[in-house]
Amino acid sequence: MSLQLKGISKTVGGETWIDDVSLTLEPGSFNVLLGLTLAGKTTLMRLIAGLERPDRGRVFMHGRDVTEVPVRKRNVAMVYQQFINYPSMTVYDNIASPLRIAGLPRREIDRRVREEAERLHIDHLLDRLPSELSGGQQQRTAMARALVRDADLLLLDEPLVNLDYKLREELRAEMREIFARRRSIVVYATTDPLEALALGGNTAVLQAGRLIQYGPTLQVYHHPATEHVAYVFSDPPMNVVPGRLDGEVRLGDSTRLPLPPHLRQLPSGAYRFGIRPSHLSIVRRSEAEVAVPARVVVPEVTGSETFIHVRHHDVDWVIQQPGVHLLPIGSGVTMHLDPARLFAFDPAGRLVAAPEPWAAGRV
Amino acid sequence: MDKPVNQKAWLLVLPVVATVAFSAVIPLMTVVNYSLQDIFDPQTRYFVGTEWFREVLNNPSIRAALGRQLLFSLIVLLIEIPLGIGIALTMPRRGPWVPVCLILLALPLLVPWNVVGTIWQIFARPDIGLLGRLVNGLGIPYNYTGNPLHAWLTVLVMDVWHWTSLVVLLCYAGLQAIPDAYYQAARIDGASRFAVFRHIELPRLKGVLLIAVLLRFMDSFMIYAEPFVLTGGGPGSSTTFLSQLLTTMAVGQFDLGPAAAFSLIYFLIILLFSYVFYTAMVRLGRAEG
Amino acid sequence: MARIQLQQLAHAYGGRPTRPEDYALRRLDHVWEDGGAYALLGPSGCGKTTLLNIVSGLLQPTEGRVLFDGRDVTALPPQQRNIAQVFQFPVIYDAMTVYDNLAFPLRNRKLPKAEIHRRVLEVAEMLELTAALQRPGRSLGADGKQLISMGRGLVREDVAAILFDEPLTVIDPHLKWRLRGKLKEIHQRLRPTMVYVTHDQTEALTFAEKVVVMYEGQVVQVGTPQELFERPEHTFVGYFIGSPGMNLLPVTIAGNSAVVDGEHRIPLAPQLAAQAARSARTLELGIRPEFLQLQRQVTADGVPARIAAVEDLGGHVLVTVVLGRRTLKLRLPEGSELPSEQAWLRFPPERTLLYADGRLIIPGGGHG
Repeated sequence: MSLQLKGISKTVGGETWIDDVSLTLEPGSFNVLLGLTLAGKTTLMRLIAGLERPDRGRVFMHGRDVTEVPVRKRNVAMVYQQFINYPSMTVYDNIASPLRIAGLPRREIDRRVREEAERLHIDHLLDRLPSELSGGQQQRTAMARALVRDADLLLLDEPLVNLDYKLREELRAEMREIFARRRSIVVYATTDPLEALALGGNTAVLQAGRLIQYGPTLQVYHHPATEHVAYVFSDPPMNVVPGRLDGEVRLGDSTRLPLPPHLRQLPSGAYRFGIRPSHLSIVRRSEAEVAVPARVVVPEVTGSETFIHVRHHDVDWVIQQPGVHLLPIGSGVTMHLDPARLFAFDPAGRLVAAPEPWAAGRV
Repeated sequence: MDKPVNQKAWLLVLPVVATVAFSAVIPLMTVVNYSLQDIFDPQTRYFVGTEWFREVLNNPSIRAALGRQLLFSLIVLLIEIPLGIGIALTMPRRGPWVPVCLILLALPLLVPWNVVGTIWQIFARPDIGLLGRLVNGLGIPYNYTGNPLHAWLTVLVMDVWHWTSLVVLLCYAGLQAIPDAYYQAARIDGASRFAVFRHIELPRLKGVLLIAVLLRFMDSFMIYAEPFVLTGGGPGSSTTFLSQLLTTMAVGQFDLGPAAAFSLIYFLIILLFSYVFYTAMVRLGRAEG
Repeated sequence: MARIQLQQLAHAYGGRPTRPEDYALRRLDHVWEDGGAYALLGPSGCGKTTLLNIVSGLLQPTEGRVLFDGRDVTALPPQQRNIAQVFQFPVIYDAMTVYDNLAFPLRNRKLPKAEIHRRVLEVAEMLELTAALQRPGRSLGADGKQLISMGRGLVREDVAAILFDEPLTVIDPHLKWRLRGKLKEIHQRLRPTMVYVTHDQTEALTFAEKVVVMYEGQVVQVGTPQELFERPEHTFVGYFIGSPGMNLLPVTIAGNSAVVDGEHRIPLAPQLAAQAARSARTLELGIRPEFLQLQRQVTADGVPARIAAVEDLGGHVLVTVVLGRRTLKLRLPEGSELPSEQAWLRFPPERTLLYADGRLIIPGGGHG
């Protein structure tokens, strides 16, 4: 059961929400839709589900044109940002409801409900009502109800966004296991790059209704097709600085770096250079790193690490530093940067060179 | 957002369309038809053009009734809206007294309109009515059947008694929708009770108030049963409102042509006012969004 | 600005509390120094908002007193306490301009016009709202509205403290760090006493000099972000701070080792082992995923374990290992070379902590 979108467009009130998207999703595949808020993720999902009809383009399921087929007849399950459950039904009845509608035998329903509940770690809560559950447990129930149907198409629209971060972290860690070994096509929308990486599978990056890149998640992560993909697929966002290449790398007006091997084949000229915050450091980690003086704008402590926002010659950078570092605002700091980690984009923002994924052997 | 994919849905709407056609559209067409003709009996009729409309517009008793009607609606709005807001503000926001207040307020709304008229007719009678005897006992020669001013006051008080609850309930619902944080912020900012009303409650009641004004205007403009039962339009014609005059004309004197023209004009006036309110509401909604 | 003292403070919603569980906020004594930046951190229902509302005066505590600069304000309503509060959802007077919003608290206090004007301009400049002053407040985005809310507190020079109740909930994730920076910058410039309630560790640790971690109505640790990360005094702090949280293993003590499931021996600092051996309570070993080490060869202090899963999260690698019946997480730098399946875990003794009934065991000190 494969799903194919051919040149899908959707205009609402004169504004283009989805612009000429073509995409083929394979059976049993896991697909992440990554993009900023209002990039068109939810609209694209609604178009895939059949909740909305595209203005142009066709949708094919299994080679059959289903563009005009209403959502009821498409065997689609959906999980939303809000925790949507039937408030007067127990967790068990909530999960069983789609199977009862489908008219399955009682024993089959019981088996599948218990199996799904166990996989989502809510098997001890089956007799409770949704109002007696935490947010995380409510969303697990909603997910179990969507999963139990074994639908052709399972759509999840930022299901973790309304959870406290600790619950989000726990559920995120289980996701891969939850979606493993299913025949459904799973589409999962998120703004969080960590979720995309934790889920694996394939990633489609949307920007202003256009599909910018689609491929295996790690491939997209290591080779972002455009500056925008690099920006959304990095938390904190990738640092991108205008510069030049002429025998050496020049960042901004002042910083000069030796030319790393992966940029040697590029012609001289203007480029935009990107570097991930995790590849910057306030401590020197290797001989190849170049020191750049900067001033602290604000250190954000996440717990395990610190995102240090700094400014260097009117350019803002973010350094992702392991551990807790409470640097005073306005103080000076030395930022270490390895030219081998630079991404190069042309002035229009298209990727022209990416660093090799970090070589192994650095325990 | 969703476009109807299922064309069969139109079949489901058909009964409603038919019912509306029979109950509203066809009678309205009949009225339009009548308003352009002079009818003596079902076989004898003449096309008279706009004559009935001109006659109605020039009829002094209709003009007087229209003036009374506008005055009545204006006074009703001026009393009921502020009073309704005031009562809603003094009601408890939570606790055991909330249902008690709501039930007490809903009571007048549950009384059939002609019964309201009857209640007040007896209540205000100078000889046996509680209110009438009390007022007369205070030395005020009160008699709503003889004195036009007294008749007006009685009709107004009756309408206020009957309908202020509606305004209160609407405002109360609007007030309940304001998050606590707004009140807390205002307390912290040192705002006075009036400032809270002026800067938090009133701006957030705007939408609800427009609905209240619209409903109360339309209802009071079409008022019929209560004053008809209470005063019968008198003394003289001092409390004869448009709908009562219309009924007299159509049913009492059987002047179908002028009555039809009259009711169309009546209908257009209400439509005009409703349209003005509606556009005002939509504009306001946009400004808020 | 004021020094805030909480004395024997406790609160229970509705009825007379009889058991400790009846309290939404269990008894606590606490001091917030003048000009400090504090965060109350904990999951929903831990009592942090209750505590904040008691400080602001929106709630009367069941027991105890609140002192501002030594003055008992327990019975005073919010408007007499001179505090300012920023709520979860932006609260602005939407019929007013930004200017009028900022001027509102001063006008209510009947300040002279010129004085109001001066202060509004000053605060607007600091919050970068100068260009928007004449616009209606409702036309600003959520972040702008939250700045207005904060501005209404900052314009008052007499303000004792500014309280924040999860103020960044509705802010777009990509804008959050700017507001966090703004808050910190304003704190460094004006040094108001600030108390910030949140369930988000990043917000608490970024904003505060001292973080008060709350759990089930109790304060479980008060410390700097570094202390919370490196030496959590309660297993809950270990779990709650850090992504992923601390690894916790039930253990028993045998000699200088902690024993997991009766068979795997983890060497401990001798002093700590001795202290723990004297404890009769339930013991747990805690180590952060960042500090746990993975080795390819057997060593004297290595514990054999099996690698169950490896997740490449771009900036770092998350490894799940199985030790007997227990699962642990390791957080390794990007590009780390990993053994295929069999590995040996090393627990650096200086990073390995022990907890008795959830409380940190401090060598030579007793329980934290």
